[in-house]
Amino acid sequence: MYVAVKGGEKAIDNAHCLMAEERRGDTNIPEMTVSQILQQMRLAVDRVMSEGSLYDPALAALAIKQSRGDLVEAVFLLRAYRTTLPRFGISNPIDTSAMHVRRRISATFKDIPGGQILGPTFDYTHRLLDFTLAAESEPRPVQTDIPDEAPMPRVMDILSAEGLLEQKETDGEANVGDITRDPVTFPAERDIRLQNLARGDEGFLLALGYSSQRGFGDSHPFAGEIRMGDVAVSMTPEELGFEIEIGDITISECEMVTSFTGSKTELPKFTRGYGLSFGYCERKVMAMALVDRSLQTRELGGDIVAPSQDEEFVLSHSDNVEAQGFVQHLKLPHYVDFQADLIMMRSMREEILKQTKADKKEAA
Amino acid sequence: MQQTISIIDSMCHGTKSRKFWMGTLARTNAKQLRQALANLDLAPEYDYLRSPEIGMTMVRGRAGGKGQQFNLGEMTVTRCSVKIQEGFVGHGYVAGRDKIHAELAAVFDALLQSPKHGPMIFESVIDPLSREQKEKRREQATKTAATKVNFFTMVRGED
Repeated sequence: MYVAVKGGEKAIDNAHCLMAEERRGDTNIPEMTVSQILQQMRLAVDRVMSEGSLYDPALAALAIKQSRGDLVEAVFLLRAYRTTLPRFGISNPIDTSAMHVRRRISATFKDIPGGQILGPTFDYTHRLLDFTLAAESEPRPVQTDIPDEAPMPRVMDILSAEGLLEQKETDGEANVGDITRDPVTFPAERDIRLQNLARGDEGFLLALGYSSQRGFGDSHPFAGEIRMGDVAVSMTPEELGFEIEIGDITISECEMVTSFTGSKTELPKFTRGYGLSFGYCERKVMAMALVDRSLQTRELGGDIVAPSQDEEFVLSHSDNVEAQGFVQHLKLPHYVDFQADLIMMRSMREEILKQTKADKKEAA
Repeated sequence: MQQTISIIDSMCHGTKSRKFWMGTLARTNAKQLRQALANLDLAPEYDYLRSPEIGMTMVRGRAGGKGQQFNLGEMTVTRCSVKIQEGFVGHGYVAGRDKIHAELAAVFDALLQSPKHGPMIFESVIDPLSREQKEKRREQATKTAATKVNFFTMVRGED
């Protein structure tokens, strides 16, 4: 427990002033604009939207500027802002099969209908620092080609058609849980788990996903399909009574496929893990898909032996706003608490030392 | 019976085109709409039924793209409802936080329902905007298409 403290307003105010000055940096350098962040730091913007659980690129860019590039702080700012807004409704489920694809790859099938489309990617770069970026430079002109109008079926449908995939779940439309309204209880169903993971910290999910690959849990996944692109968001306002589109959002999606050797009740089959996020967050959705699959262990009748399979462990620690709050609250004055500890520590030591002295005397 | 069907037909058709123009209006921006309204030379008078208001919509996804629904996260949305003098009520629901965008979308939605102005506005505003949006999409698709890759599988091993 920490106690309320009084005073310090002047120092706190000065500290914030100093922070603002340091945020601005050398005034001989032009100030960065929010639109520059929006345009040129887009992946940071996407991460903040995804973990802030609010799709609004301009706000995420502003949060990044305000937080001096501290993305977890920016996520916190966005989360705080969203609590000030009313909710007009719930969208109809986005149709990721109808995505305007900007990237789509599969690691399970070489030749997939619609093809493998690299899109804008860091993959296959040599990770050598590009010193031309240190100077102002124009990017090379982009090449174009005639788009393939052919449909792009989901890779998972290929496996599904052969009956090799776990049965498609029933659509629990009537009762979709919402962790922003109700606290999470355990065991948590998949809708709750996916919502939690979708806003979860990328670093945390990445580490958990990695642990599941390295042997903490029995997972041997393949990236069945990874997509990034734009989808329409539609909703049905009460006053209209029909569905309308309110705009497009960029999303990333990953479907992992994992072989499952079967159990007493189940035939061997492929199981799947799903990752979905706002923006272009490929690493995040891959990690999310791994963790989503790990968290199905209970439903598949497996033993919970690894951290990534333990839903209480995963879901309770994935949120970086909660996590940073609890960790960083340790900075707040704990003077009274610590005084109590200090007194107890002294008296315990005193007692032990007294006893030792007495024992020694007795022995002598 | 035949008449009922034709009424339902025309209603469906009406809703279909309304959905289309509302989607198109949502994908444009305040600047474009303001310009479009100025070009019309109509200067419509209208009352707010609901003044522009910023809020959110919870975006739903589906596990595996087709399975169980779940809440992905929220997005900002601005809405507005107006009534034009002719009596038509227009609604604007647009992604983002631009109140002027939502208001103009509502005004256009009302005007487009008017038999007097609707067809002309559809032709002179919605159609070109929708073409422009399609063209932008196509331009993006041509850039994406150039990154399509064909991997060759190499034979590995001793023999």
